[in-house]
Parts: sequence; C-alpha cells; structure tokens
Amino acid sequence: MAGKGGVGKTTVSAALARAAARAGLSTLVVEVEGKSGLATLFGRPSFDYEEVTLSPGGDEPGVREVRARTLTPDDALVEYLVDHGMSRISRRLVLSGALDMVSTAAPGIKDILILGKVKSLERDKGTDLIILDAPAAGHAISFLRSPRGLLDAVSVGPINTQARDVLEMLTDPKRCEVILVTLPEETPVNELVETAYSLEDEIGLSLGPVVINGLYDDLPGLDRDPLDAAHDAGAALRPGEAESLRAAATFRRHRSELQREQVARLAELLPLPQIRLPYVFSADLGPSHVDLLADAVRTGVESLIEIPGGVT
Amino acid sequence: MTGTGTGTTPVSGGDLQAIVTGHRIVVCTGSGGVGKTTTAAVIALEGAKLGLSACVVTIDPAKRLADALGLEGLTNSPSTIEGDWPGELWALMLDTKSTFDALVRKNAESDEQAQNILENRFYRNISGALSGTQEYMAMEKLYELHEEHDFDLIVVDTPPTRNALDFLDAPRRLTRFLDHRLYRILMTPTRGIVKAVNVAAQAFLRTVSKVVGGDVIDDAMTFFRAFDGMEQGFRERAERVLDLLSDDNTAFILVTGPRRDIVDEATYFAAKLSEADIPVRALVVNRMHPRFATVDPHALRERAATLAGTDLGGLYDNLADFVTVSENEEAHLAGLAASVAPAPVVRVPFLSTDVHDLDALETVAGYLFERRTR
Repeated sequence: MAGKGGVGKTTVSAALARAAARAGLSTLVVEVEGKSGLATLFGRPSFDYEEVTLSPGGDEPGVREVRARTLTPDDALVEYLVDHGMSRISRRLVLSGALDMVSTAAPGIKDILILGKVKSLERDKGTDLIILDAPAAGHAISFLRSPRGLLDAVSVGPINTQARDVLEMLTDPKRCEVILVTLPEETPVNELVETAYSLEDEIGLSLGPVVINGLYDDLPGLDRDPLDAAHDAGAALRPGEAESLRAAATFRRHRSELQREQVARLAELLPLPQIRLPYVFSADLGPSHVDLLADAVRTGVESLIEIPGGVT
Repeated sequence: MTGTGTGTTPVSGGDLQAIVTGHRIVVCTGSGGVGKTTTAAVIALEGAKLGLSACVVTIDPAKRLADALGLEGLTNSPSTIEGDWPGELWALMLDTKSTFDALVRKNAESDEQAQNILENRFYRNISGALSGTQEYMAMEKLYELHEEHDFDLIVVDTPPTRNALDFLDAPRRLTRFLDHRLYRILMTPTRGIVKAVNVAAQAFLRTVSKVVGGDVIDDAMTFFRAFDGMEQGFRERAERVLDLLSDDNTAFILVTGPRRDIVDEATYFAAKLSEADIPVRALVVNRMHPRFATVDPHALRERAATLAGTDLGGLYDNLADFVTVSENEEAHLAGLAASVAPAPVVRVPFLSTDVHDLDALETVAGYLFERRTR
C-alpha cells in the first residue's frame, strides 16, 4: 500500500486486511515506519517487531485473523546475521549505529533488509496475504527501487542474491501488487499518478486497483430547498433550521462535485480500476470504522471480479 | 503530556500576527499532507504584507503551488516574488545536495580538500541517502539564511516525516555518525596507531566488505581521510543550528488536520517538542469541517429516521453527518489544544479548491489572521 501522507493509507490497509480476513485469508500487516495508528484502529495496544494479533477472527465462521508487526532494518539485520551463521557479530554493534554507516556506504541496504524479511515472511505457509504499509509517497519509490539500485551497485555476494530475489518477488504480478491510495483531491491525485508511473516504468511493479478514500456518498434531497422538502413531507422546521439544512446540503453538493471531478480526472490520467471508499461520518476511527470500510472494500473488489480470472 | 486544560483556546488571529511580527524565524512542523507548505507560504506572505522582508523555505511543494509562487526552476538561493505588498517576499526550494556541498566548501581547509570530498562516492551517498540528511539540510539552510541574509522573517516548513522531530536531531546525527567508532577503526591504519580495536568491530568490517564489496570500504576510508579535520567545524555549526532553533526569536507552529489519526500524530509531535523544551506558539488546524448547527446530532438522526425516504429525511441525515463530524473533530482537538496551551488554536476550514495561487493563499490568510468571519 502506498500513498501520500494524510490520505488514510493506514486506515485503508486496516480495511483491506479485515476484508481479506473475512474472505478467509490469514492476513499479516507489515509496518515499516514505526509509529502508526494501525493498532488503535483495531483497538489494540501498539506493537513492535514481534508479531501481534490485531483481530483474532472467528467472529463469524470462516473469518481469519489479522496479525501485524513492525519491521525495522536493525532487527532485520540482526536476524539476517544470525540466520547466516554470523551471530558472533554482536547485536550491540549492529544497534550502535553501524548500520547507518553501512547503509551510507551502500544506500538501499536498509530497505533491502526489510524487503528481504518480507520475502522470507512470504514463504510462511500460514500467511495467505501480506499487506505492506509502505513509506509515504516519495519514500515509497526509493524504498521499492532499492533492490534494483543495489543490483547495479553490488555485483556479487549475498546482497546481490538478496536484491535479485526481492526484485523477483516485487515484479512477479502473481506474488506482489501495489495498491495506491488517494483522496479525491487534486494534489494527492497528482502525486498518485506520478508515483504510479514511476513504480511501473522504473521498477516494473504491477499496479492493482487504486483506492480512493473519503468519498461523500449521495443522499436524497440535497438539491431541494429545505422549505419545499418540508412541505412535501408534511413536516415543520424549527426556527433557523432551514438555513442549517441548506448550508450543509450546499456544502456536500459542492464537495461531492469536486470529488467527482477528481475521480474522473484520476480515471483519465491512470487507466486502472478504482475501489471507492466512503467518508465515514458516523463512526470514529476504530474497529467499527474499519469494518465499515472493509464492507466497502469487499463491494469494490466484487465489482472488479466481473473480469474472469481478475482480482481475487 | 497532561490534559488539564478545559477545551480549546479561543481563536485569535491577532496572536498569530504577533508571532509573525515578534519572531525572526517561524518553523512550521507537523506530519505529511496537513498543509505545512501552504501555511508557511501564507505566513511569509503576511510578513511581506506587513512590510517585512520575508523569506519562505519550502521543502517539497506541490507543483502548482510552486508555480504560483514562481518557484519553478528556482535555485537553492532565495529569489524574490513580485507582488503588491509593501515588504518583500522571497522564496526558495531546498536542494539538499547543494546545501550539503556548500557546507562542505565552507568548512574545508582548502579547495582541494573540498573537491576530494565532493567527488567521493561515499560522500555522495551521505548527501543523498543518509537518513535525516534532508532534515539536517533544511535546518542548515535556515541557519545560513539567518546568518548571511538580512531577512526580518524566515519561515521554514519541515520535511514530511513520521519520525516527528528528525529535524531537531538531524544536525547532531551527522556528527554522531562522524564520531562513530567504526570511523575511528577505519582511520587507525592511516594514523599508524596500534590496532587496539574491538575485535567484534573488525569482524563486522570484514563481513561488510565481504557482503557489499571492498570498494565500499575503500570509498568510506577515502572519505574519512578527506574529511579529517573538518569534524570540529561541523560539530560547532550543528550546535549553533540547534541553539538557533531553541532561541526566543524562533517560533514553532504545529500544523495539523482534525482527523483523529492526524491529531494523534500531532499530539506525538507536541510531546516531543515539549521534551525538547520547545514551546508550540500556535496550533493551526487545516481542513476543518464547518459547523452548520449546534444541535445534538442524535436528535437530527432520529428526525431523519422518522422522515426516511423523503428528501427532507436526506437533508436531516446530511446535517447530522456534518454536525457529527464537527463534534468529533473538536473532541479530537481538545486534548491537543490543551497540551499546547496557551498557544492559540487557529482553524482553517475545508476550502473548495486546492491552494495553488496567490488568491487562494489570501483566502487562507483570511482565516489564519482572522480577517473573515467563520
């Protein structure tokens, strides 16, 4: 999952995870930037490198669990060294900032450590889907570009092997797909389009549907004068109420119009299927909010499956 | 963080104007996508309108805003923006690498030393890829503008980072990096000191060279040799940059949106600033939903339910939606506002268009400096 800051990428990751779990997939969400609101969305305490269960599943038959963990380059390096028989290289040394040094010498090392870890998680038969909550926009591109860059810079050895394996994973549409998230607003849409082309052209990644988050859904009567509508319904309005109703209706109409323009513009600039998620007015960010959005993800995905053999 | 305040501080545009006129440096900080760049531009523009010579440093402006400000094709030095105001408005877009190069030239003992460093591959990696470099250079640029130019007001927006206050830590980060024991290990052979170094560290270096190739170590050694003697200059300057940030003439403005996840991040920022003894002088909340009525949203929702299927029912549902959102937004903000009290809270509503021209900046200014009714 990638997208500009503030578009609700983490919320959408949570919704997608929950939708997948409900569809019977054991799902793991991987965070890479430390502090995020993911745990709060599931009403759980914050988590770290160690895997936690955010939602146990089983709330209905067939619903699987959502797990999560945060991958840090330091932890991934320690694990890598231990797994490759280099446990004598002390954790203390690794954590003392030496990694900064090495990654400065060969940029992309940190990213490849994380992506390499994701690759090893992919081999875990118990996990059906891994959702990687990528760094925000610009950083997402350099993050995902790291294996290609390292492949050029380091021609032999374990890093080269790792980079090749990771690149193979990233560019195999059966194994990996990038879902870009945006708001139906001008700047995020522009940024999404730029990111999409960079990822596809420069790295060779497959793009899944784009997710447009925060769309106002339609309501009846928004274009009616409240006084007329009251007359039709045989109801009386309280003093001042007509003005409030009218102002709120005008606001929603106006913003919906702008949102539609941006949705259309996105479709024009980037010919990819769209999953549209509603702006959630009623619930606050939490498990019920996530479930509501998960419903919308499901509806959106189902409308995509009309293509035989399409997105599953 | 404590939350002993009783709700939000009243909006006070006058306070924000006092910040603009009462400080030489304004730092706009907050998480990504909350409108820091726009806020910074508006504040600098306000300075120019008040007759000041103001300069805004932007990090990564949306293209159309950059165009509107005439930032397109700008270099790393301030350019003036023409407009109908008594003061001056200058702007620049941060170029991390050029700023770093300039810093190296400034600290080098000779042109030759500077050149050796600038051409080194390890250095090019540092200036492009070492985490925190962009943050460091933003602050370095700020310091440079403050020292070498005569601006009355410098407004800087901070890079979009999730790691809260990287920019505060960044100047020290490089010196820590240079102080690193691995650096000293790399230097020992050339200094001819007995290799009384940590065995584990040497094993680590051997591993690194096995893993990423010997070239990498050679580059690093060349870099540190070339850099020798410059650390002290860097260290002192980093300390002066940090002093400038904690100076009374520097005001931090925390920019946020009203959504809960964004407020949570802003609250985390506020706590970190507080830990660093840096007061938040104002809280700017962009993209607030308007408050259309002061009634209980549940009552509206019930009314909508009894009118279900009618247009009026839809109208009530809609009003209930926005009153709910508005109440939630205020509830999210209450704790944050209390944590930065007595800083004023300035609310900017959702605008009908993205901000990418001077007219739109003027609209935002109207809200920030309270020239219009809400």
